[in-house]
Amino acid sequence: MLHVARWRVLAVIIVSLLGLIFALPNALPQSVRDSMPSFLPSKTVNLGLDLQGGSYLMFEVESQVVYKARLETVADDLVRELRGQKRPGELGAAKTPILFAGRGLTPDGQVARVTIQNAADVQEAIKRIQTLASPVIGLTGPTGRNDLDVKAAPGNVIEIRLTEEAKVAMTRRAVSQSIEVIRRRIDETGTKEPAITRQGVDRIVVQAPGESDPEKLKRLVGQTARLTFQMVDESVPPAEAAAGRIPPGSVLLEQPGQPGEPFVLVRRRALVTGDNLTKADPGFDQQSGEPAVTFQFDGAGGRAFARASTENVGKRFAIILDDKVLSAPSIREPILGGNGQISGSFTIESANELATLLRAGALPAPLKVMEQRTVGPELGRDSINAGATAGVIAMLLVVVFMILAYGIIFGGIAILALTINLILILAAMTAVGATLTLPGIAGLILTIGAAVDANVLIYERMREEELAGRSTALAIDAGFKRAIVTVMDANVTALLTALILFYFGAGPVRGFAWTLSIGVITSLFTAILMTQVLVAAWYRQTKPKRLPI
Amino acid sequence: MKWPFIKLIPKNTKFGFVRFSIPAAVVSVVLCIASLVSCFTLGLNFGIDFKGGTVVEAVWDKPINLAQVRERVGNMNLRDVGVQDFQEPNQAMIRFLPPEGADASATVDSVKAELRAIMPGVKFPRVEVVGPKVSEELGTNGALALGIAIILVVLYIWSRFELQMGFGSIVALAHDIILTLGFMSITQLDFSLTTIAALLTIIGYSMNDTVVVFDRMRENMRKYKKMSFGDIIDLSTNETLSRTIITALTTFLALLGLTVVGGETMQVFTVIMLFGVFIGTYSSIYVAAPVLILWPPKRGAEKAAARTEADARP
Repeated sequence: MLHVARWRVLAVIIVSLLGLIFALPNALPQSVRDSMPSFLPSKTVNLGLDLQGGSYLMFEVESQVVYKARLETVADDLVRELRGQKRPGELGAAKTPILFAGRGLTPDGQVARVTIQNAADVQEAIKRIQTLASPVIGLTGPTGRNDLDVKAAPGNVIEIRLTEEAKVAMTRRAVSQSIEVIRRRIDETGTKEPAITRQGVDRIVVQAPGESDPEKLKRLVGQTARLTFQMVDESVPPAEAAAGRIPPGSVLLEQPGQPGEPFVLVRRRALVTGDNLTKADPGFDQQSGEPAVTFQFDGAGGRAFARASTENVGKRFAIILDDKVLSAPSIREPILGGNGQISGSFTIESANELATLLRAGALPAPLKVMEQRTVGPELGRDSINAGATAGVIAMLLVVVFMILAYGIIFGGIAILALTINLILILAAMTAVGATLTLPGIAGLILTIGAAVDANVLIYERMREEELAGRSTALAIDAGFKRAIVTVMDANVTALLTALILFYFGAGPVRGFAWTLSIGVITSLFTAILMTQVLVAAWYRQTKPKRLPI
Repeated sequence: MKWPFIKLIPKNTKFGFVRFSIPAAVVSVVLCIASLVSCFTLGLNFGIDFKGGTVVEAVWDKPINLAQVRERVGNMNLRDVGVQDFQEPNQAMIRFLPPEGADASATVDSVKAELRAIMPGVKFPRVEVVGPKVSEELGTNGALALGIAIILVVLYIWSRFELQMGFGSIVALAHDIILTLGFMSITQLDFSLTTIAALLTIIGYSMNDTVVVFDRMRENMRKYKKMSFGDIIDLSTNETLSRTIITALTTFLALLGLTVVGGETMQVFTVIMLFGVFIGTYSSIYVAAPVLILWPPKRGAEKAAARTEADARP
């Protein structure tokens, strides 16, 4: 009768102690935590960005651009194949040329097309174009599929598309490369460690805690930073180019900050790109004294630039960053040293940023901001304080109510169970590295109100059993046994909804799901096991004739 | 000593709940229809989580001239601009949608620059930008979460109790969700991600209540084999009434504490939860149980369940 197995008592004591040990660091100042012996846990609970302040940025990699680039290359390379020219180093006799016309990409950039003049040649042309395909490498190795899907369309047209496997693989590669580049860029600035994570197929999440400037972070992370050196096309007068007369192989680009020449017509082909830079540093223009970026080419880049500048003395070239012309200087003499300088309308800060971006390299594809959430650290601190106040008020109200409703002993037991429950929630969250958010605090406070439910169910049942004429001990025993089934059933539904919230919720709401689901589990422990041990201990001490409830 | 000081509920209540179930059903149906009508006419006030757009909170060291802010931001070619005061006179909340096709994130930076120009030193403690694609996904996920939660909870209740009780809980859940949505629609409270969290919590709470009553009904059905089903419901509801009210009260008290937490989203959360606790308690007594009068569980079926539970009984 009212026998409580020893393992239950032990479990209650051990779990409560562990809870205290893991939760304790949260209550200690940093200095104390640092001086604690290393065998004690010193981790504190992770605070969400809404509590510690910071920026959450979600980017999407525009993989369409990568697909388009691949198809553009194919559209260029198929010329050689159709003409029957040999590839560098290819053996054997040259093939017969196939006549074709109308080569190019559809406006959305997702299909490359070429029209074959002679219907009889279409099959041979498809065969030749297919040699341009390369195998797709999946996560686990080669997939056995090629990246190009070459098909005949009506009217002697051949259409080339990327296969789905190729798109997936290219997107995955672009995301991985982007994360690498972003990490290098952020490391360069030496700012407080932001977390960079891949999300879904084509998304990247950057979370920067603390006092951070989201605008700067966005420029640093989101800028493609593709630098190219291209010749200026001077075959058409600027006014005519602006009016829409653009020669094939050239493109009209914006030149911001230069009202005298808002647009520059440049050749599409890049002489050298940012990939060929070995160094980039902020500096000052020797003549004007204005901020500039100095750079150095690697061997191949230096040679290419030397050749191009030797051939084009007197002409202009353009330095282009992400399709915007930074400057378009004239080549006065061959540039042989492999060194150079980008001047334009820079401030010291923007020169610094550009140098950082160039050193870290370009993103393989542009990133688009999908979601941004920034909370100032002061607001975060306010939220923590408000949450703490709310918790204290809720706790006080519930404590007073429970004591009034169930008396010092049973009310007290329920409150002790509740307190341990809160400590266990905090300990569990700290130990598993869960994130506490503002809605999470709300979840904790809600737990204060809801967790006593199990105690209420048990007490009410005891009351009833006693009214039905059972002895005190039997009433207690029956109260537990019968109430537990109900408590379990009632909590499973709560746990189900909390888990769903965890799966579907994002950010702060997920924090709510954390506290709620951990709270359900710990409250089962404290309400059932702990309450039982405490009530049994009380009974053995006092041997009451009647229940005080 | 005379503990407890307060006896909220007499130890043996004998309210005739079932007697009022027809008027209660009429009230519930009318309220549900009113809620649905409100949802379809007034609509829900979806926040940027589900509609997409931008919210900027600004704090300055002097009172903010809202009219000036409205004029400057209004001239920026943005859509759906809303400027309102927020808690203190030196705080303002600006909402807008970026121009069609423009980059939302870049737009917010230019709005911040514009505000800095008229209010040097202004700070932005909160900036939220949600793109159209993300808001669409958040909406789909929210709806999915609600749907799956309802299905799982009902399946669980069906497996633990009877098919009829599963049906009763579905009706109660639908009732709670429809009324809460109606409440949100009439009050035009901001419908955000946190609201979905609140709705799911209400589902959990309401089912918790329903389970406790059903549990007692199952027990009484075994105990009093000859009792009419209406009387079983009355008896079970009365026996659990004390617990129902005490738990509702402690949850209510805790939520009362939560009202001090600042921020619009948390206030909305608290208000919805308070409403939900009330509705959830009501629906377990007057929706879930009376449905069983219309479609009572078979009185033989519980015997099988009784046998499996027999070992657990003292």
